[in-house]
Amino acid sequence: MIKRALNGFTTAWKGLSLTLKHFFNAKADKKIKSVEHSGYFDQTEGIVTVQYPKETIPVPEVGRYQLHVEIDDCIVCDLCAKICPVNCIDIESIKATEAIGKTSDGSVKRLYAPKFDIDMAKCMYCGLCTTVCPTECITMTSEYDRSVPHISDLNYKFANMTEAEAEEKRQALEQQLAERQAAKLAALKQDNKE
Amino acid sequence: MDFYILYILTASLIFAFIAVFSLFGVYAERKISAFIQDRLGPMEVGKFGWMQTLADILKLIQKEFIVPTVADKVLFTLAPVIIFVAVYLGFAALPWAPGLTPVSMNLGVFYVFAIISVEALGILMAGWGSNNKYSLIGAVRSVAQIVSYEIPIGFAIIAAVMIAQTLDLQLIGLNQGVLAQQEIRFFGFWDVKAIGGILAWNIFQAPHLIIAYIIYFIASLAECNRAPFDIPEAESELIGGFHTEYTGLRFAFIFLAEYAMMFLVAMFGVTLFLGAWNTPLPNIGSLKLADYTTGMFWGIFWVLIKSLLVVAAQMWIRWTLPRLRVDQLMSLCWKVLTPLAFACLVISGLWRLLLF
Repeated sequence: MIKRALNGFTTAWKGLSLTLKHFFNAKADKKIKSVEHSGYFDQTEGIVTVQYPKETIPVPEVGRYQLHVEIDDCIVCDLCAKICPVNCIDIESIKATEAIGKTSDGSVKRLYAPKFDIDMAKCMYCGLCTTVCPTECITMTSEYDRSVPHISDLNYKFANMTEAEAEEKRQALEQQLAERQAAKLAALKQDNKE
Repeated sequence: MDFYILYILTASLIFAFIAVFSLFGVYAERKISAFIQDRLGPMEVGKFGWMQTLADILKLIQKEFIVPTVADKVLFTLAPVIIFVAVYLGFAALPWAPGLTPVSMNLGVFYVFAIISVEALGILMAGWGSNNKYSLIGAVRSVAQIVSYEIPIGFAIIAAVMIAQTLDLQLIGLNQGVLAQQEIRFFGFWDVKAIGGILAWNIFQAPHLIIAYIIYFIASLAECNRAPFDIPEAESELIGGFHTEYTGLRFAFIFLAEYAMMFLVAMFGVTLFLGAWNTPLPNIGSLKLADYTTGMFWGIFWVLIKSLLVVAAQMWIRWTLPRLRVDQLMSLCWKVLTPLAFACLVISGLWRLLLF
């Protein structure tokens, strides 16, 4: 019995001295380092808490976080929406009547995007959309802590056209199509005559 | 008439002390646990979070009293009061400084020991009145535990009382320092009455009282339902044990009683074994350290420091050792602590018979 009691005391003391060591080591914080830092795993002592909104751990550059679309660089090719495994990207396109400008890398834009929605609530952060994008306009930012009051707010809208503008473009396209159709019919008529 | 005012003043002072101690005890506990686990603990409310517990109590005060429909309303309502009052009354007999005891009585040890056992009744009332199986299991465990651990704790206390030869807590305190009325011998042979200090404490007057104090300390952890003996509360298995159903101020009172109990058993142990309000500094030749540091202010200072250190040790143990199983708890009590405490009791008797 005495042996067991002594054993109990020595093992309890082992634990108590360990916690006491941690208690007195709590004077210093661990330095906040990026995981890419060479000394990241060397800090074994000190407080581990990161007081989050005030301090943050730097995120790796290649990390996959929130999506962002630079709509001026988008050629509305719809590749991202097609590759998306969870169908969280919803794009509507209107053909322009003529080339409407160039993106920053020189691609010619021929389509308007009245609707470019990414539902981040559905997104699984695979990053496929960013790899297929021909103009690199859809990217992943280093922001990861977006919180919203309602789930619908997670449906990010990137299109910068108003409904009126979109309607105008639609009319223009219809008109152009109608004109072409008329021209075609006229040409057919002429063919038939001859 | 004047003494009535004095009574009320004393009672309110003790209550104020318990409230303040509990608030900052909870804060200290959270900070100690945080540091032990390499965390920071509360940091947001006030500088280093020092107002966190004040905010918590404000929240608790505003909460609704919820009484479960199937609860026994009388028992349920009375239980927190009884739990708290039992602990609160225990403070009445504890000496704070030479001549400063809220209630001076020649049966102090017996009174404190008896009155804190009433807490078990309150806990059983809370568990039974809640009409909730977890509460009842918690309460039954708590009562079994408190009743069992009263045996080693009682033997350990009697071992100290036999050395001190009195049940008056003020006199026990008096006879452990330079103000002693009887002769004091360090380990039974060296007269240290003039030297005082740590050498005159009960645990050094008779060395077996060191073991008795360790037994008392372990058993007192069980008495106040603290880890590693917190099976009555056992958050992970019983939710909160006997206080599962309590909300608001009623819960606050149970919590208050728990922290007051920690301080009470610490101070009781300090009074019986660790020199009560006596200074740990001895007189060395012409350097009369013990004489300098004895008095009203110093008495309160030393008893507070000693008790708070014991409370800190209780917290340290809580955040280190895992919870015991019910059978381990009982076998520790009946197979280890009780025989050892009984041996201490016998040694105390022989000590008195053979040495004086």
